[in-house]
Amino acid sequence: MIRFNNVIKKFGEKPVLRGFNLHVHPGETISLVGTSGAGKSVTLKHMVRLLRATEGEVLIDGVNINQIDGKALEEVRKRFGYLFQSAALLQWLTVFENVALPLRENRKFPEREINERVERVLEKVGLLEAAEKLPADISGGMQKRAGLARAVVTEPDILLYDEPTSGLDPVTSRTIDELIATLQKDLGVTSVVVTHDMISALTISDRIAMLHQGTVLEVTPPREFLQSKNEVVRGFLDSQCINPNFFDDFPERMLK
Amino acid sequence: MITREPYQCPACTSLFARWGHGGLFFMQQMGQAVLMTGKAVMYIPLMFGKRNRSEVVYQLFFTGIKSLPVLSVVALFTGMIFAVQTGMELARFGQEVQVGGAVTVVMLREMGPFMTGLIIAASVGSSISAQLGTMTVSEEIAALEIMSIDPIRYLVMPRLVALLAMMPLLTLYTDVLAVAGGAIIGFTQLGIDPQAYVDNAVQYATVKDLYTGLIKAFCFGAIICTVACHTGFATTGGAVGVGRATRQTVVTSFLVILITGFILTKLFYG
Ligand SMILES: Nc1ncnc2c1ncn2[C@@H]1O[C@H](COP(=O)(O)OP(=O)(O)O)[C@@H](O)[C@H]1O
Ligand SMILES: [Mg+2]
Repeated sequence: MIRFNNVIKKFGEKPVLRGFNLHVHPGETISLVGTSGAGKSVTLKHMVRLLRATEGEVLIDGVNINQIDGKALEEVRKRFGYLFQSAALLQWLTVFENVALPLRENRKFPEREINERVERVLEKVGLLEAAEKLPADISGGMQKRAGLARAVVTEPDILLYDEPTSGLDPVTSRTIDELIATLQKDLGVTSVVVTHDMISALTISDRIAMLHQGTVLEVTPPREFLQSKNEVVRGFLDSQCINPNFFDDFPERMLK
Repeated sequence: MITREPYQCPACTSLFARWGHGGLFFMQQMGQAVLMTGKAVMYIPLMFGKRNRSEVVYQLFFTGIKSLPVLSVVALFTGMIFAVQTGMELARFGQEVQVGGAVTVVMLREMGPFMTGLIIAASVGSSISAQLGTMTVSEEIAALEIMSIDPIRYLVMPRLVALLAMMPLLTLYTDVLAVAGGAIIGFTQLGIDPQAYVDNAVQYATVKDLYTGLIKAFCFGAIICTVACHTGFATTGGAVGVGRATRQTVVTSFLVILITGFILTKLFYG
């Protein structure tokens, strides 16, 4: 579905992605983990052409997104929902208006249907009460959820999450994880989750990709990931006190 | 594409090479800025559409009505200062009655558009730049692009409309108040009858003085919008970057307004 073929990305002289290969299968949830500055956000931005690869190709269902523009690019972007690290809500619109924005701007929907749809997703993320509040008046976790509602309201088939749980307390983080898993189940979307929260990565993903210095070290299902012999992976897991028996101790009800 | 990567000057050692890259960078920025405004002009016919109406109205209000208090004070005092200075000189020749003409012509031709331009650049321009800059660094612009909402239509066009419409109107307002300020000084300090002041003003000021001034104001509006929006979108580096962009906007607008003002004056009167 999404395929990175030997992507090289340089900012000036500085390489950030160096020969990046990744294949995201339809319908799966894949987590990209790695230290800060590993190039996770940059990878995500390549998928919607917010950044352009210096070399190599990024294919979305076989279409090289670096070579299209205008309407064609818009069509591809319509298939994506993107949750930004900072939620990126427009500050002068209420939560409701923010979520309604992509529908209203697309001109295709009558106002009644927009209201129905927005209320439906707001209910799903538990923000119906806060619908008339401004982003500045709600907590960080609520902003993330509002950003999530805006990302899914257009019913995209690919969802990109940039650190959905960073900066949130552990309890709220798990709520967001559950939300991601639920959306995945209900909508059958393909999800790419950037995170350095290992609990989140292990519980919601079908596969985990470890990024290191601009390349993918390994892509494996969570249980194999825990057993990895790779030094970088081990270091990353140890730093968060995750041992290979993680799943034995983890409350069953929280697994997907 | 509005979101873009910062220009990276290749590491070069020679001073001339660096100047060359600086020059290229400058030209590139200018080109991008002008293209952006051009695109915003193409979107102007959509200003009455359902999606843009409310934002356009809000920007008109924000640019026009909100600027009135500061402009009123500045205009009144500029007229008064000008009348005091010219009045003193003219009084030496017993010609103080000419103050009306002097104040009116200078305000219409130069000072009106110029003062209005500077004040709007410093207030509205800096606020546009800070807002768009903050939106850029917090990824809101990128979010708009992914939702296929063109930031030029959604954000630039309403601001352009507001500035193009309001700059001439505000300039006219400044002109009128400054002339009134001159009349107050004339009446209280120089002993000129207000009727004589107005007669003198009407005798010397021409329609050309008026419309060249308003054309200037219109151009300054386009300049302020172009500089503020472009600098805002080019912001990188968090809160510090927003501060830098705001400062850059005010400085650049001032310089471009000054230079353009000179060129237009030469065109009209040179
Ligand atoms: N627009 C940009 N211009 C220059 N350098 C950038 C830009 N975006 C990201 N980088 C650099 O790319 C590297 C990876 O960034 P990023 O993908 O944001 O890291 P993370 O994995 O923490 O999300 C960082 O070193 C960052 O400085
Ligand atoms: Mg990041």
